Amino acid sequence: MNLRFLPLVALVMAAPAFAQTPSASAPAPAPVATAQPDEGGLTGSVSDEKPWEDLGIAITAFATNVDVPTQASAGSTAALGRAVGQVITADLRNNGLFKPTGPDNLPAPTLPQVTAPDFPTFGSRGAEMLVQGYVRANPDGNLTVGCYLYDVQLRQQLVKGGWVVGPSEWRRAAHKCADLVYSRLSGESPFFDSKIAYIAETGPKDRRMKRLAIMDSDGANHRYITTGQSIALTPRYAPDYKSLVYLSYFNGSPRIYVYDLTTGKQRLITQSRNPTFAPRWSPDGRWILYSMASAGNTDIYRITSAGGGTPERLTNTPGINVGGSYSPDGSKIVFESDRSGSQQIYVMNADGTNQRRVSFFGGRAATPEWSPRGDQIAFTHIVGNLRIAVMNPTGGGLRYLTDSWQDEAPTWSPNGRIVQFFRTEKQSGKTGIWQVDLTGRNERRLPTPVDASDPAWGPVQP
Amino acid sequence: MPVKTELKTTLKAAALLLAGSVALAGCSKKAPADLPPAPAPTTGTETGASTGAPVPGSQADFVATLMGRDTIYFDTDKYDIDAEDQAALGAQAQWLVKYPAKRATIEGHADERGTRDYNIALGERRANAAKNYLVSMGVDPGRLTTVSYGKERPIALGSDEASWARNRRAVTVTID
Repeated sequence: MNLRFLPLVALVMAAPAFAQTPSASAPAPAPVATAQPDEGGLTGSVSDEKPWEDLGIAITAFATNVDVPTQASAGSTAALGRAVGQVITADLRNNGLFKPTGPDNLPAPTLPQVTAPDFPTFGSRGAEMLVQGYVRANPDGNLTVGCYLYDVQLRQQLVKGGWVVGPSEWRRAAHKCADLVYSRLSGESPFFDSKIAYIAETGPKDRRMKRLAIMDSDGANHRYITTGQSIALTPRYAPDYKSLVYLSYFNGSPRIYVYDLTTGKQRLITQSRNPTFAPRWSPDGRWILYSMASAGNTDIYRITSAGGGTPERLTNTPGINVGGSYSPDGSKIVFESDRSGSQQIYVMNADGTNQRRVSFFGGRAATPEWSPRGDQIAFTHIVGNLRIAVMNPTGGGLRYLTDSWQDEAPTWSPNGRIVQFFRTEKQSGKTGIWQVDLTGRNERRLPTPVDASDPAWGPVQP
Repeated sequence: MPVKTELKTTLKAAALLLAGSVALAGCSKKAPADLPPAPAPTTGTETGASTGAPVPGSQADFVATLMGRDTIYFDTDKYDIDAEDQAALGAQAQWLVKYPAKRATIEGHADERGTRDYNIALGERRANAAKNYLVSMGVDPGRLTTVSYGKERPIALGSDEASWARNRRAVTVTID
């Protein structure tokens, strides 16, 4: 997991200091933001703080020392600088916290201005915060991206960061910068530099084609993984993003496969004559939970993700025990069971001991997902309609996040502040991925090339 | 098997009516206003009789013989085999006993008003209930396999109780 991170750090360290601006030290490797004192008092919760919703942030095109061609899809360093600003603006929009503007219609700073901003210009445009930065092409073909956040009124730098990325990963540097700004201003953990696995859907309702697909958290770098010849369902990214686990009807029966994103090969997680479905990773990536039906009963098992191990049965009651989601520390599993007569939510220890029901509020409760912060469980509440709701891990504090005809299968943003899910249209059966704040606000649909379901949000990349 | 007393959907009767079955004796449910559309090719309830008599022992023959009783229907979130289902499965078993070399797959399905994973489990449970009944009627379990499609392959496309009732089903498909 750290393989990717270490060279990044090494390269940042090795990158020449920002020689054009002697007053600035070399940008620190990500994530930063902790060393600086809290002057400005810009901390607080994301939730429900109206004043935050209009915090004006100006994001300029990123400057460059010299405009040279790069291997990046966005083009030369100057073009890249503008594109980086655009990605950051798009990230910071739609969160209900900020009112980002730029980089279009904003003056582009020169390289020296990146560390000595023209505060009056941005202050007169109503910006309270200013994000600037630079892009530089390194001799080895990599790109160095520096990112600076300023408080315009205080005329003060709040935080800075720098990353070295390969040309194909330039958007990641922009997401890292957006994460830096978001974290510094909201006090929350970052989440933009992450990916989503989902199911792309096309075709008529009775013969829907369902393909495994992946994309970045902002919808970029979209890629289909399977052809659609077999139904694919319920993907989950491995915590290290190197593989996906998902359900496929390849060979006619539902079975769980691990798809290796590097080699493009896949394997069954376990040899079984019985259907296996509802796969989930443990937070450390060592285990895969899955459900297996046998003689009409379904129970939850775990197996080592490396393969070759013996499956271990975690539930053993008559009925359907299905799904499962680990607590962030890996010690507990929340899952769904109809052992009491209808779908309800249960918690057990990771070894299957101490199983107890936690949902007691009527209706059916399904697809529980433990928040990465540990303090909430998102799930599908079924009382006629299907709605996304949250509760605390002991079953209290039920709160609805959505109110539609059919919303199901929540997945958490890596920082536990946003819940994604999929919404099905009545009659047509068309699906789309939506997201909503933990506050129930800022509900919006994610743009996808075709219909989409079963979103699974992976962790923030190191 | 416990005899179900609550009302089953009228759509079950519809399917039987559509197939011209006389098995409605003792069934007081009225037919729905609109009859189901022609089935999708994947789920195997076509009559197969349009091109003359099917080959005996073929899937087409099975479908023609069963006249709609290749499919049984379930109540919401249920998988029990009621008297109507027993009659249908009895007819299936009769055919399967007559052609002992034939194998069959029982496809279990759920309606769209449930979560995906649970519906896969529920479809499996329904297919398994049908399989168990066929075995109790003398069909060798080694000839029968089950597969659940959950809510992935509806046969009725509406979002209403009548459509959902037709989608909560187990379909027996013999393998040619």
